[in-house]
Amino acid sequence: MSTQQQQPEEPQSQEAPEDPEMRGAESPVDEKEKQGGDIDQQTTPEDELEGETVHIKVFRYDPEVEGKQEPRFDDFHVPFEKGMTVLDAVMYARDTYDSSLTFRHSCRQAVCGSDAFFVNGKQRLGCKTQIADLEQPIRIEPLPHQEVVKDLVVDMDHFYDQMHTVEPYFQDEDTPNPADLEEQRQSPENREKIKMSSRCIWCGACMSSCNIAAGDNDYLGPAAINKAYKFAMDDREGEEIKEHRLRILEQEHGVWRCQTQFSCTEVCPKDIPLTEHIQELKREAVKKNLKFW
Amino acid sequence: MYEHDVIVVGAGGAGLRAAIAAHEAGSDVAIVSKLHPVRSHTGAAEGGINAALQEGDDWELHAYDTMKGSDYLGDAPAVETLAQDAPEDTMRLEHWGMPFSREEDGRVSQRPFGGLSYPRTTYAGAETGHHLLHTMYEQVVKRGIQVYDEWYVMELATSDEDEPNDRSCHGVVAYDVQSGNVEGFKANDGVILATGGPGQAFDHTTNAVSCTGDGHAMAYRAGAPLEDMEFIQFHPTSLPSTGVLISEGVRGEGGILYNSEGERFMFEHGYANNSGELASRDVVARAELTEVNEGRGVDDEYVHLDMRHLGEERILDRLENILHLAEDFEGVDGLVEPMPVKPGQHYAMGGIEVDENGQTCVDGLYAAGECACVSVHGGNRLGGNALPELIVFGKRAGRHAAGEDLGEPQIRTGYGDDVEDETETELPVQPGDAGLDTSSGVAADGGVAADAQGIVERKVEQARTRVDTLMDRDDGVQHAEIRQKLQNAMTDYVNVFRTEEGVKKALRIIRECREEYQNVYVDDPSRTFNTDLQQTIETRNLIDVAETIALGALVRDEFRGAHWRKEHQERKDDEWLKHTLISWNDGQPDIFYRPVILEGQDKTYEPKERSY
Repeated sequence: MSTQQQQPEEPQSQEAPEDPEMRGAESPVDEKEKQGGDIDQQTTPEDELEGETVHIKVFRYDPEVEGKQEPRFDDFHVPFEKGMTVLDAVMYARDTYDSSLTFRHSCRQAVCGSDAFFVNGKQRLGCKTQIADLEQPIRIEPLPHQEVVKDLVVDMDHFYDQMHTVEPYFQDEDTPNPADLEEQRQSPENREKIKMSSRCIWCGACMSSCNIAAGDNDYLGPAAINKAYKFAMDDREGEEIKEHRLRILEQEHGVWRCQTQFSCTEVCPKDIPLTEHIQELKREAVKKNLKFW
Repeated sequence: MYEHDVIVVGAGGAGLRAAIAAHEAGSDVAIVSKLHPVRSHTGAAEGGINAALQEGDDWELHAYDTMKGSDYLGDAPAVETLAQDAPEDTMRLEHWGMPFSREEDGRVSQRPFGGLSYPRTTYAGAETGHHLLHTMYEQVVKRGIQVYDEWYVMELATSDEDEPNDRSCHGVVAYDVQSGNVEGFKANDGVILATGGPGQAFDHTTNAVSCTGDGHAMAYRAGAPLEDMEFIQFHPTSLPSTGVLISEGVRGEGGILYNSEGERFMFEHGYANNSGELASRDVVARAELTEVNEGRGVDDEYVHLDMRHLGEERILDRLENILHLAEDFEGVDGLVEPMPVKPGQHYAMGGIEVDENGQTCVDGLYAAGECACVSVHGGNRLGGNALPELIVFGKRAGRHAAGEDLGEPQIRTGYGDDVEDETETELPVQPGDAGLDTSSGVAADGGVAADAQGIVERKVEQARTRVDTLMDRDDGVQHAEIRQKLQNAMTDYVNVFRTEEGVKKALRIIRECREEYQNVYVDDPSRTFNTDLQQTIETRNLIDVAETIALGALVRDEFRGAHWRKEHQERKDDEWLKHTLISWNDGQPDIFYRPVILEGQDKTYEPKERSY
């Protein structure tokens, strides 16, 4: 159905001029990936870009179209507008130059989580990444470590499966009758405690950035562990269910796999302290005297 | 062919709630959605859920506020059902673990919202919709409800009797976006449309790219009338460059609107002497544009929304998400400077005509959420009333489709002896089918009436032919060009301020779009994840929906709620206490009217002057 995009090969049918930033097959980790950080080091002030075009290089692949079966990069030059995002740029390229350019997107405001791409060597949400903050040409690729379906679209099924593994739903059979209009009490402090974890938009950026997830297909991954954190830390669920949740998390492919590289935390577009949450769950598991792997 | 008892189309708030309700009623229910559920646009709702939860508040006040907000075009049985069911259904969300904002005593917080006589908007930060959507998806996962995600529903499988009221719906036809396969989904007990709004008919909108009115258009072509489509809400506070929404919660918490001269115009120019910034949305949107049109806009385009005086602590506690949105999408730090805002298309009050149980006039066809018109919102929706509508009427549609008895509805649907035909307005062009496109929702092939399975199979064949035709054509015009032309026409001429000439112009352009669409082609030859094909089909839906919006805006020659007409500056209760209904009529649209129901269970809502 699709090709594994562990590290994109040097495209053979690349139409673009030689790109000094282009990764070779021999050097799978490029400089920018190591640097991480929120924005590229060298960027152009926004007012200097007014009236200019933006050069984007977009990963292309389609398993059934001749010429696209071997992955390649296409170059597009898009007129710059103030406030333009990576999503705006690929939408412009699609609507103006090539209607077959394919990517997921919907809300345009960083809440639907559809448009996580690998932009200049880092997982980012297309809709909340400003063009002016990026070094050109801008390389836009599908999320690494996931099967590519077509162009920038990756298969999310594994991500969803991992999310579902942690029983991602509130579990308390002892809730009041809704007709009594009686809520479960929760302190503002406890609500604050779970606030950041509840912001996850399932974009998959964290999972894609995680070296452990890349090497261990059964690893729950940062997003699923964070989802479990949301419930485990919510005082509305009882102690018994909390222990049940910790047992799911402390298994071989659970929290102990995390090696605190902070790559997930660095790429999370909602600024969720994923690594901290994972560490906190490790401590909770120890406190409960659960098995230590 | 797939087969289930109940098929829910769309996986936002209404669709998920409908599926849960049908499942709880013992039905084998499946959700078919063009997006994975958590991508749905309910997730972008910010403000909150109106529900009379506290002592001192009661459902009757909520109903009264809603009826006044609707400018007396809401149907009382629908409005009262909403107000009565909202508290319990909101509590149920809490019991499902939804992380509502909390008071010191641990109870859920509520805040003031525009047009409300009591602070009854229950919220979860400024991201209430996100939490509502995820909480309900969690419950769908818990119950193991089947979800066909990234399946795009193209058509309904409806029988072909002459009168829509005699027709029945037996399923849907969808294509798997990932593989391009077109398949039938047979629904033994009902199809529930929960496809959201049609905001993409406009150029400047807070709606997602996916909000293309698919359910509206499919139901319309299948024979269910669209109701009150002229009533489009323009949200007063969207960011100028992208249309991203800034929640009414900002004004609810005390945010102030200023013009370029630093005047607090809502008061100083007398738009709403009592409620100021918290007047109803239509009032505030018109005030802002009037300021801009009279030369007091900032950069001749927008006004300022200032929340700095609320203080960093309160903003971070209750409106943190707003800071991120203003920073990421407008480059403005809301803690140190005012935010630029202008009206943006936000919500469609109208939609597929349904009764209190979510049923359309076509047997087995239901609609809930923004795509439906019960009618709760009438001429104008109050902030915080969309989310309770999703959970209340999603639940009711799910239960009813699953066979539960919810009592006899008081609202009637379809063409009947209680409607009045439109006879006066002269249309600038013939609306409806341009003659060549065969994608009607009705399985009309002149053959003998088939059984349910046969109807679905026949529709699958038609849909496959339609896809092949679009894919095989080698040149012509592409959907993006048509869509942009349509969006510009709607934003230019069917916006906040409407004139007869402008709306007529829009209808002519829509007609051109329809004719151009006869030559539309899909350039991408691939069957794999072909968004070119999907957007091409969506564009057809947008044309049908936009036309009904413009037709409604032309025939309703009065000023009510969000519908403002330059030549008709007053609400005409003698003539217009009635809903506009537009029926596809196999390509020759019919316009008729049904009286609004102002009689509630205990009292009648007498139309009063609407001032804030």
